[in-house]
Amino acid sequence: MKLIKSLTVSLTLILAGFVHADEFDKDDLDRWTQQFNDVAAEGRRLWTSPELGSNGVTCAQCHPNSANTHMETYPKFQKQIGRVSMMWEMINWCIRNPLEGMPLDADDPEMIAIHAYLAKERSGVAIAPGKH
Amino acid sequence: MTNRRNFIKAATSGLIAGVLPVSVVKLAFGSSDQDVTFAYISDSHIQQIKGNKFVRNWDQGLKKAVAEANLLDPKPDFVIFGGDLAQLGSKPELDHGAELLSALNSKPYMVMGEHDYYLDLGDYWSDLFGDKYYSFDVKGVHFVVLNSILTYDEWTYDRWESGERRMNEMAGLDNPNGSPFMVGERQRKWLAKDLANVSHDTPVVVFSHSPIQKIYKGWNFWTEDAEEVQAILAPFNKVNVMYGHVHQIQYNQIGNIAFNSVMATAWPWPYPSSYAQAESHMPVMTVEMNRADPFNERDATGWQLVDVHSGRVDVNFNLYGNSNRRVKFNEKKGHPEDVQHSPHARTEAQKHY
Ligand code: HEC
Repeated sequence: MKLIKSLTVSLTLILAGFVHADEFDKDDLDRWTQQFNDVAAEGRRLWTSPELGSNGVTCAQCHPNSANTHMETYPKFQKQIGRVSMMWEMINWCIRNPLEGMPLDADDPEMIAIHAYLAKERSGVAIAPGKH
Repeated sequence: MTNRRNFIKAATSGLIAGVLPVSVVKLAFGSSDQDVTFAYISDSHIQQIKGNKFVRNWDQGLKKAVAEANLLDPKPDFVIFGGDLAQLGSKPELDHGAELLSALNSKPYMVMGEHDYYLDLGDYWSDLFGDKYYSFDVKGVHFVVLNSILTYDEWTYDRWESGERRMNEMAGLDNPNGSPFMVGERQRKWLAKDLANVSHDTPVVVFSHSPIQKIYKGWNFWTEDAEEVQAILAPFNKVNVMYGHVHQIQYNQIGNIAFNSVMATAWPWPYPSSYAQAESHMPVMTVEMNRADPFNERDATGWQLVDVHSGRVDVNFNLYGNSNRRVKFNEKKGHPEDVQHSPHARTEAQKHY
């Protein structure tokens, strides 16, 4: 009896929690979109700023509107790295070489911001993992 | 008939070994006494880091082009530099660029680029190199240099609090605060006057930094008063426009006017078609270059040797990590075409990468 009661209680709790978690309204959506857009805007700022490197060069100098970064093709085999690679590895390659800068961790907020900006500029392009 | 030979002698000099690859590029070229040839180097974007430190990558591109152009044999009639010598138009950048160019066997003709101009509206550049627009004649060909990177007066004179700010806003290719390029009324009047004494049979070659045509406004692959300038050129039977700025191979034909772009020595740019959020108006006849290899810093950069002996432009692109290309005016078809790659077959222009 006691067991059944506590089961019912926890079931009710779970159901209540579940129902609650599944609900989001326009305010939530607006907030999430805003969060994404803010991070993407920070990515665009970094894109046009020399602070990722040491020689004053910016990503935008060679990639206007981030063109030719092909976010939709990752992960893919990179001949020069010799294995299937993630996009952050190529971002770091360009930071280290043309920008003569220090690589970022994959989960560094700046790395995430760059990804957000690159993804935003590729909106609407079909994903094509592995495509060269 | 033409006799083909190596345009560049095999280099054995140790002096240039640090700049040139082991095997020096060989440009086979038809020669005759009537050749009017020139080396065209463009867009070196010499960029100061601090003091006398400059971005190594861009320095290397210009040094290599200069060293190779010096090997041309027979010597070309002249060398032209197509603009954007500097990245932010400062004295140290322009001085350093001028110093690298001074290694050329002959003093180059100079074209103004927006990166040379918008800091001080071309004052220091003019101290170093002279007039911003002018014309000259070589063996019966009339050459005109335009300063095509001007823009609206309000943008130039009233909008920005300093020359540095103005330069920075114009330097970002994809910067929405930028402003479209133009030749402007004063120079168009000068051009009409300059051409008034030139017979319509005289071959004319116009050098500008921006394309005197409209390709993609978002990146200023564009000249706002292109149609007005084209109208001034239209009466000439053999008229060619050659431009830098775009850091990629483009060619087109509008009426009588053949258009050819040249490469940058600094870095390549993607074609506008690679930008998913915009429409591209790339001339349909252009066979685009393949994507550049980011692991080879000179890939998809280069310089070119041009012959105008027929009155039409024949461009030999000297491309480093890739096989060279040649875009030549086809008299029968009446427009420039790649001698190897057809836009219809969409032949891969390059196998590399
Ligand atoms: C000197 C010019 C240059 C600069 C500056 C530069 N890149 Fe690149 N990058 C390239 C070239 C060229 C490619 C190859 C383009 C292609 O694959 O079509 C490339 C490729 C990439 C790729 C891989 C694209 C793909 O499809 O595999 C990424 C990601 C990238 N760059 C990010 C960056 C970032 C981030 C920066 C700034 C930190 C930057 N790049 C700065 C020239 C540059």
